[in-house]
Amino acid sequence: MKLAVRGISQHVLRRIVARVATTPATDPSGRVELVYAAPSIQDDELASLDGYRALLTSDPHPSKRLLAHGIPIIHSTAIDHLKSGDVVVLASDGTVRTVYRPDSGSNFLFATDRCNSNCLMCSQPPKDIDDSFRVEENLEVIRLMTPAPTYLGITGGEPTLLGEGLFRQIEALRDNLPNTRVHMLTNGRRFAWHQFTDRFVEISHPAISLGIPLYADNASHHDYVVQAPGAFDQTILGLYSLARYNQDIEIRVVLHALTIGRLRELSEFLYRNLPFVNHVALMGLEITGYTPHNIKMLWIDPAAYQAELEDATGFLHSRGMNVSIYNHQLCVLKPTLWSFARKSISDWKNIYLEECAVCSLRNRCGGLFKSAETRHSEHIKPFLMTSGVSERGPIGTSAGG
Amino acid sequence: MTRKFLPPNAYSGSGPYQLFPFRFMVLEGDRELITTDWGDWLIVERGTVQRIVGRQIDLTDPIYPTLRAKQILRDTSSSPLLDIAAAKLRTKKSFLNGFTKLHMFVVTLRCEHSCLYCQVSRQTEDKVRFDMSAQTADRALDIMMSSPSSSLKLEFQGGEPFLAFDRMRYILRQAKSLAVERRKDIDFVVATNLSVVTDEHLRWCRDEGVKISTSLDGPAFIHNANRPRSGGDSYERTIRGIAKAREYVGQENVAALMTTTKLSLQHPVELIDEYLAQGFRSIFLRPISPYGFALRVRRDLTQYPISEFIDFYKRGLAYILQLNRQGIQMTEIYAKIILTKILTPFPAYYVDLESPAGAAVSAVVYNYDGDVYAADEGRMLAEMRDHTFRMGNVHRDQFRSLFGNETVAGLLASGTAEALHGCSSCAVQPFYGADPIFHHATQGDPVGNRPLSGFCGRNMTIIKHLLDLVALKDPVTETILLAWVRDKSLREVSIGATA
Repeated sequence: MKLAVRGISQHVLRRIVARVATTPATDPSGRVELVYAAPSIQDDELASLDGYRALLTSDPHPSKRLLAHGIPIIHSTAIDHLKSGDVVVLASDGTVRTVYRPDSGSNFLFATDRCNSNCLMCSQPPKDIDDSFRVEENLEVIRLMTPAPTYLGITGGEPTLLGEGLFRQIEALRDNLPNTRVHMLTNGRRFAWHQFTDRFVEISHPAISLGIPLYADNASHHDYVVQAPGAFDQTILGLYSLARYNQDIEIRVVLHALTIGRLRELSEFLYRNLPFVNHVALMGLEITGYTPHNIKMLWIDPAAYQAELEDATGFLHSRGMNVSIYNHQLCVLKPTLWSFARKSISDWKNIYLEECAVCSLRNRCGGLFKSAETRHSEHIKPFLMTSGVSERGPIGTSAGG
Repeated sequence: MTRKFLPPNAYSGSGPYQLFPFRFMVLEGDRELITTDWGDWLIVERGTVQRIVGRQIDLTDPIYPTLRAKQILRDTSSSPLLDIAAAKLRTKKSFLNGFTKLHMFVVTLRCEHSCLYCQVSRQTEDKVRFDMSAQTADRALDIMMSSPSSSLKLEFQGGEPFLAFDRMRYILRQAKSLAVERRKDIDFVVATNLSVVTDEHLRWCRDEGVKISTSLDGPAFIHNANRPRSGGDSYERTIRGIAKAREYVGQENVAALMTTTKLSLQHPVELIDEYLAQGFRSIFLRPISPYGFALRVRRDLTQYPISEFIDFYKRGLAYILQLNRQGIQMTEIYAKIILTKILTPFPAYYVDLESPAGAAVSAVVYNYDGDVYAADEGRMLAEMRDHTFRMGNVHRDQFRSLFGNETVAGLLASGTAEALHGCSSCAVQPFYGADPIFHHATQGDPVGNRPLSGFCGRNMTIIKHLLDLVALKDPVTETILLAWVRDKSLREVSIGATA
């Protein structure tokens, strides 16, 4: 699935946020928020294009009159993947980035490229740049999200580094999309400052949850994984600070060679110290970003850590903690863990392998990250209706996700 | 990739580590128990404490990060996170939130039973002398409603409360109307032998939401021996009463308690089977209180050495675990209380095994005559003319003078195990508490002498036994114990299809 394509821009002087219309808007007053996307645009249509925020066309040879019209346009670009209602961002270099798809369950706001941690397995490596322009841009994206999504992620980078810029976005979500559940991925460190947490809580967003990673039961192991001294203390204090206000918290643990060793100890730590969290997600590794670079120290075949995963899942579940397993294939998971497995991979990077085509449990399975094409468990094998299912017992009904 | 990654040792602590306060104890099998005030604990091999204290635990030792995670030691890699330790301690002590929540009303001392171990009941028709008057009830309710907690529990006690049904009805009506006025949420429960219970009584329980707690001491030959009444038919009446009560208020609202006498000690299996046969899914293998006025007379039938109770308890517990392994759900409540403290970060809310002890600060008894006692045991002692634990009288005192006086201060001083010699350094202390009334009654001093204390002897032995069960790390046993602690079925706490 394409989220970013590139064409040739004309008159795109700054980044433009707009909602896609694939058919002409009959009401000219509604065009001010729209980018009209069409395979080709004829000269006789020019008169009816007034008022659009921009134009997109796949036509590699747009007419001179069209290019001279003055309206921002990107031509020679793929537009087949765009649907009416999508929200796109156009840049002067000709990129067309899709930032909202009403028909997808995997929408998110990208808050910033910056981060105060530098995790060994970061899938979205941070950039030390000033991208504060994203605040106004995201506010516009939020304004254009119609129909409203049922679910929206906020990710980065580390969103909390925006400070007031983040709070303005959460306020906009509260005001414009009150029925949208929001899940923000954050390392939680800035919540260690009570004033920061107070400001966040004051917004009183009706349905926001925070996904906060914790990689060890102790500071030196966690700080090593996130490559940031003091991070463990700040995250723990942040979690407690949020708990004082009964915030909806999810703990996210990425499973790899550096975190598996003390997964049981981490589970005990979670139960003893953070029993107030609403969800614990035990997540498979995504082979992108920094991960390929650090693959030697990170990689362990998920089939090789099933005993540890079952132990941790059982420990948390038996104590009433709500636990899920993300990013794992059913053929790799122990059948006792199937009911904890969720279809967790965002649609635009979710794939199945060739051998999955014949698998009788494909519909139940969350599949793989696109990046798993380069590296995945060596134990991926299809369940065949005749042997697989009967051997491995019945399928639980509580999976979903 | 332009970013540089630093090796693990760039994030580990340096220099000698420091210690948090912790307690330790040698266990059988060359092991040591280490516990903290905030509920973290672990069992290690003998000699580990010596190594910890001698700063001989190496950074690369797998136990090092565990000790750090449990806040037993700390180093420069992390701040002490004292706020976290404080929050865990606060959670452990959250049973104190809201102050005294259980208020027991002795509506009458009259009873048609003459149980071996009962200190208080009277067999008389004289209602005036041994029933709580309306004026006394009004005063007691006013004091109860002054308790800061927004949720309270009112327990009707006796005697047999249903012999004073009208008074009970009056109290409930008044309590409900006061609850609206003072914004309190009140749970009602009646402790009854169910022998004289009628449809009218049970209809009232159902309509007013009053839960029922009764006594079942085992099969007929034990129950009737422990709980004589004229006709010798206590067991039959109790069983009929339980069935009828369940029809009215539902199975889940009828609980039963047993008291262990010398006769019960010989028959743990029969006792448990009786509870199973009567449809109960839990049993509290509870020792007898070593005081009370009947005990002096019936000492031969009621008193036994702790070691006999321990043997009885272990046999009973083993049998109950066996039942659970066969898929029969049955919880042992004593174990559940202790295990809640061992296995969870939460308190057990059982006032007799907490620190500070529950007397006065968690539970209070309003006697029929208006005298107020710290706990039921306090009024039992009073029947032996020992008024040490009388806090005052509802007609002379207000909430502040009752709960702010020397008696309560003394109970707190002698009931806070953390501050008592013998307890303050005891590794199992976080798993139970102190019992000033027990020690006053048995040793003549509310603090008492720990090595000779029956309370400590019993609890320490049982706690070590339960720790051994946990330390087995047998998945099935662990699942059973967690199911007890969480009030769930085995299936609910297991993963996969094994249970």
